[in-house]
Amino acid sequence: MHRLKALSAPPVRIEFEGQEILAQPGDSVAAALLGAGHWQFRTTPISGAPRGPWCMMGVCFECLVEIDGAANRQACMIEVREGMRIQRQCGAADIGLDR
Amino acid sequence: MKNQWQIAVVGAGPAGMAAATVAARHGARVLLLDEQADAGGQIYRGVRRQGLADKSILGPDYYRGLELVSELAASGAEHLPGASVWQISPELEIGISQAGQARLLRAEQVIIASGAQERPFPIPGWTLPGVMTAGGAQVLLKSAGLAADDAVFAGSGPLLYLIAHQYLRAGIPVRALLDTTPRANYRRALPHLPAALLRLADLRKGQRWIADLQAAGIAFVRGVEDLKILGDQRVTGVAYRRRGAWQRLATQRVFLHQGVVPNVNLAMASGCTHRWNDSQLCWQAQTGAWGETDVPGIAIAGDGAGIQGARAAEHLGRIAAYGALERCGHLSAQERDRVAASPRRALTTELRIRPFLDALFRPARQFRIPGDADTLVCRCEEVPAALVRESVALGCAGPNQLKSFSRCGMGPCQGRLCGLTISEMIADLRGVAVAEVGALRLRPPVKPLLLEELAELTVACETISGGR
Repeated sequence: MHRLKALSAPPVRIEFEGQEILAQPGDSVAAALLGAGHWQFRTTPISGAPRGPWCMMGVCFECLVEIDGAANRQACMIEVREGMRIQRQCGAADIGLDR
Repeated sequence: MKNQWQIAVVGAGPAGMAAATVAARHGARVLLLDEQADAGGQIYRGVRRQGLADKSILGPDYYRGLELVSELAASGAEHLPGASVWQISPELEIGISQAGQARLLRAEQVIIASGAQERPFPIPGWTLPGVMTAGGAQVLLKSAGLAADDAVFAGSGPLLYLIAHQYLRAGIPVRALLDTTPRANYRRALPHLPAALLRLADLRKGQRWIADLQAAGIAFVRGVEDLKILGDQRVTGVAYRRRGAWQRLATQRVFLHQGVVPNVNLAMASGCTHRWNDSQLCWQAQTGAWGETDVPGIAIAGDGAGIQGARAAEHLGRIAAYGALERCGHLSAQERDRVAASPRRALTTELRIRPFLDALFRPARQFRIPGDADTLVCRCEEVPAALVRESVALGCAGPNQLKSFSRCGMGPCQGRLCGLTISEMIADLRGVAVAEVGALRLRPPVKPLLLEELAELTVACETISGGR
């Protein structure tokens, strides 16, 4: 995607699937990932089909990712924080019952 | 528990900001609850910290939001950002979740200003990564200054043209605009044109957007009769049918839009009676002259009670606030009527264009009731159109029964992306009115919260009532 304004200095550093991404303070996690070219955020629990953000306003629940180990987080509703670790949510969420 | 607030407003878009501002100015203790970090709603999303140097990209209509935000800030209303409302009980106990903690608050009067969401657009491939609503693309532009090169914009309605025009102003290449507005709509809208001419500036604005897009050499294809998104794991293109012939375009990004509909989940789950609006093809709450619903103490203002647009939402917010102020004793009935006269006049003028817009941009049947068997109706539970048809053939009479047949509407979005489609599909298959088929029954919590938050709720509740 095109960034119409330059990233502020210092940017926020986050990690997606182990890869560093620079984001703008105030960006949602979804905006940061899309800005870095990632459009697939998860696979569905039913068929395993790939999905990514649809509405960007919290109504569709398509942008669910795992953030710092917590599943089912709405990437479009959560702001980036320095050091955040984000993973694709593949299939059904792991709610950590085995841990 | 004591009432901490006289008036609670849910949603900080134009209706909610205007309602909270007016109510606080009249001396009420007002709490404005909103999910986002900043006031503005979706229409003025990110307006306070908008970082685009070129103000002409988003345009003056967008920066109108700044005035509303500063009036709110000066009004004395308490604004609680980052707070999602997951329930309003009949006792007007408001369940909120903020920063991972759930709380219950009490207010004498509640104004729901939940605004609108985009209408579902169930076509083949609409779930592929790379397909987004045009409104979603605009949120990216407003809140993060992000835009996608060579996207295809497809669908119908002023918002679609506006966003494509904003892309043009920003110098972002647009692959094509595929207009699905049915040709017959132009004729059907004609009788409403004289009234709309009283809003000539608005009509001209829309015409100018389209003329500018065409003048810039962007492929502007009118009369698109059918649409498919191509690709397996991600978008690779679109196919569209025009005058009976299929065409293809290669693209990695598709932004879809066919109008907005009221965001009804909170009001429906709070027990407010809704009816089917056949000219806007959506459910809307039954409201009175002051936005009041049939649930005592709950009023609805703005697009949440029927699509009227952002400027009308401001007026509706003020009118609802005056009504609530009268109900909690801040205004006499005469004072209320006197102060409400001005927003009522402004509203009447604002609404003159609406019947024309509703008729012109009434989405085509094939984009609301999928004809293709494999098109997903329910994105969450991956229910294809064929399964809805089979269920109805087996005797399934309505959306709530369809849940047991197919799990349709039972996923995390709680029917927000399939509710309208299934009500319309079932009505169509049974040959009855949508009103007869009804809507999905919605229940709290209408927003996700952790079990942990619920479990800690009683403690939090005591803390609040003891603390104040």
